[in-house]
Amino acid sequence: MKQPLIEIKNLSAGINGKQILKGINLTVRPGEVHAIMGPNGSGKSTLGYVLAGRKGYDVTGGSVTYDGKDLIELSPEDRAREGLFLAFQYPVEIPGVNNTYFLRAAYNEQRKHRGQEEVDAVDFLAIVKEKMKLLELPEGMLKRSVNEGFSGGEKKRNEIFQMAVLDPKLAVLDETDSGLDIDALRIVAEGVNKLKRPDNAAIVITHYQRLLNYIVPDFVHVLWNGQIIKSGGKDLALELEEKGYDWLIGKNGK
Amino acid sequence: MTTTKSKPAGESTVHLAAAEAFANSATGPEWLRTLRRNGVTHFTELGFPTTKLEDWIYCNVAPITKLAFKPAAIADANVTAKQLAPFAFPGWTGSRLVFVNGHFSPALSLLPASQKGVTITNLAAALASGDKVAESQLAHHASVDGSGFSALSTAFIADGAFIALAPNAVAAEPIHLLFVSVPGDAANTAQPRNLIVAGTNSSAKIVEHYVSLGGAAHFTNAVTEIAVGEGANIEHAKFQEENLEAFHIATVQVTLARDSRFLSHSISTGARLARHNINLVMTGQGVDCVMNGLYAAGGKQLVDHHTVADHAQPHCGSHEYYHGILGGSSRGVFNGKIFVRKDAQKTDAKQTSRNLLLTDTATVNSKPQLEILADDVKCTHGATVGQLNDEALFYCRTRGIAEVNARRLLTHAFASEIVNRITVEPVREHLEQVLWARLEELIEKK
Ligand SMILES: Nc1ncnc2c1ncn2[C@@H]1O[C@H](COP(=O)(O)OP(=O)(O)OP(=O)(O)O)[C@@H](O)[C@H]1O
Ligand SMILES: [Mg+2]
Repeated sequence: MKQPLIEIKNLSAGINGKQILKGINLTVRPGEVHAIMGPNGSGKSTLGYVLAGRKGYDVTGGSVTYDGKDLIELSPEDRAREGLFLAFQYPVEIPGVNNTYFLRAAYNEQRKHRGQEEVDAVDFLAIVKEKMKLLELPEGMLKRSVNEGFSGGEKKRNEIFQMAVLDPKLAVLDETDSGLDIDALRIVAEGVNKLKRPDNAAIVITHYQRLLNYIVPDFVHVLWNGQIIKSGGKDLALELEEKGYDWLIGKNGK
Repeated sequence: MTTTKSKPAGESTVHLAAAEAFANSATGPEWLRTLRRNGVTHFTELGFPTTKLEDWIYCNVAPITKLAFKPAAIADANVTAKQLAPFAFPGWTGSRLVFVNGHFSPALSLLPASQKGVTITNLAAALASGDKVAESQLAHHASVDGSGFSALSTAFIADGAFIALAPNAVAAEPIHLLFVSVPGDAANTAQPRNLIVAGTNSSAKIVEHYVSLGGAAHFTNAVTEIAVGEGANIEHAKFQEENLEAFHIATVQVTLARDSRFLSHSISTGARLARHNINLVMTGQGVDCVMNGLYAAGGKQLVDHHTVADHAQPHCGSHEYYHGILGGSSRGVFNGKIFVRKDAQKTDAKQTSRNLLLTDTATVNSKPQLEILADDVKCTHGATVGQLNDEALFYCRTRGIAEVNARRLLTHAFASEIVNRITVEPVREHLEQVLWARLEELIEKK
């Protein structure tokens, strides 16, 4: 078996003192896709933010080992530079920052970190155009400010576009499917599939089984009340679609 | 408009004597001489404003009155084109009129190829030739007694830019008006008086640009009057990047006739004390105007914008966007008045003022002032003062951008939101260079 890319052990975390994650265990190895499902408010986005290092999201117990390093010790930018990527459930608008400029700044900081040479605007445009095709994005989007005035679906596509350019080792996709129409969903999912390699991995947070028809997961986990209460194969998603969460929560409820 | 009378400040006697001497000796047609004397009379009455006046509460002009008053009589002949290179817009193909200490310098200027219906010259020349437009419009828009400064400006009317567009004339290229102050023994005060008259359905883009040579203190007291005719379309950008010892007091007074369009920009990075009055009066229906502004200050700088959107007629729209970036112990002031007169139904007025404080010692006083006498109107205003958005900072960092760089990026973006509304690309490019450098200083010194 391959070495884990990320190993989350008994992770507890809170937001401004309020306990949200209560002992999460999850191991992801290169080449794997893990789906995380669960009712609203169960802690899915919190897990994503804790992994990305958001201020105010404090780890109170357990450990996260990423690519052999203690992830919690790293700043958000260093996590990104080490290949961790979070696609936001609600991508942030940054008026006044050109989308291409932003992405090149990020790309070059990541390259610098790895001791690689920075890429100039011309070469970067070639890289970007290539990835745009993958996601069938209109070119106009490059000239606009980051996410400003983008529709919900456009924002999600822009997240995956960024991911395509930055080429992370581990991507955490937080409800990237919500807000997408059926065609956009297919394009985004196919984009994610094309980026999949034996040496990278993804954690896909979703409410809907339909995404998992396109991005077929190796494992499905159910998060409830800050804990993973059930794990299984891709069939678990079908079962959840059919039966909801009550039968699981019932077993684990207080 | 109401003006509160104040007792003349004691220090104004020097200025008064100089104004009297100038008004009595300066040549020109009788109407102009009368106008200047009128300025003297009002200055005698008003003196310089004190902080007891509501409009000047945060703007203490006492240091100006303490500066030796040496109004320039002519353009300094020693300025070279090379010295002005830093103030050229990259790739500029339009015309450039240069004023040194407020007086036109033909040698440093690039006059446009002559174009039918488009007059681009200096006020002194227009007055000397007996231009009828100048006679009928000069001092017909800006009030003589708005403050002691406008009275003083009127007393000293001599030169400045004069642009007149005949009906349907479209200025082929944007016009760069460069006002260079060269403080020295002979002169340290410039009082340019600009007049822009745009006929029916005409259009032009004009940039008023204020700079200094050298770092010594000087005083600019500028008044620009703009009459925008029916259906005309004018973009006016003002950029003030004078040295950090300078005092800059300026009024842009605009009269907007029916169905006209006006896009105003005020970008202010320089001067120890800068006061910008920008007053838009909509005298006809269907006017659409935008006031767009940005100030970046540090150290002990004070930058004060007082704007007025006066909806005197129905069916007009005014949109105002002001951003401030304040570092060091600087102070920003934004006072945005919106008047909606009794008959101005269907007014659509929107105002936003946002301020970024880079340090604990920087302050801002942002105040909307709405006076609405019509009932069927849409008026909104919003003001924010604070730090950079945490969520946006985090977002940048999750993409690998270091925190300090993310701060830079977002601060610059906050400025770009305003700069991007300027439609003349070389001006935007110049601004971006100057602003970027200034923001870097502000961020580093914090
Ligand atoms: N800033 C905050 N302060 C306090 N509690 C918070 C904060 N942000 C989130 N929470 C709480 O943390 C819990 C988990 O929220 P989280 O966003 O992780 O849920 P989720 O599983 O992603 O839900 P959804 O499916 O709706 O996206 C919720 O009870 C939420 O109210
Ligand atoms: Mg969520």
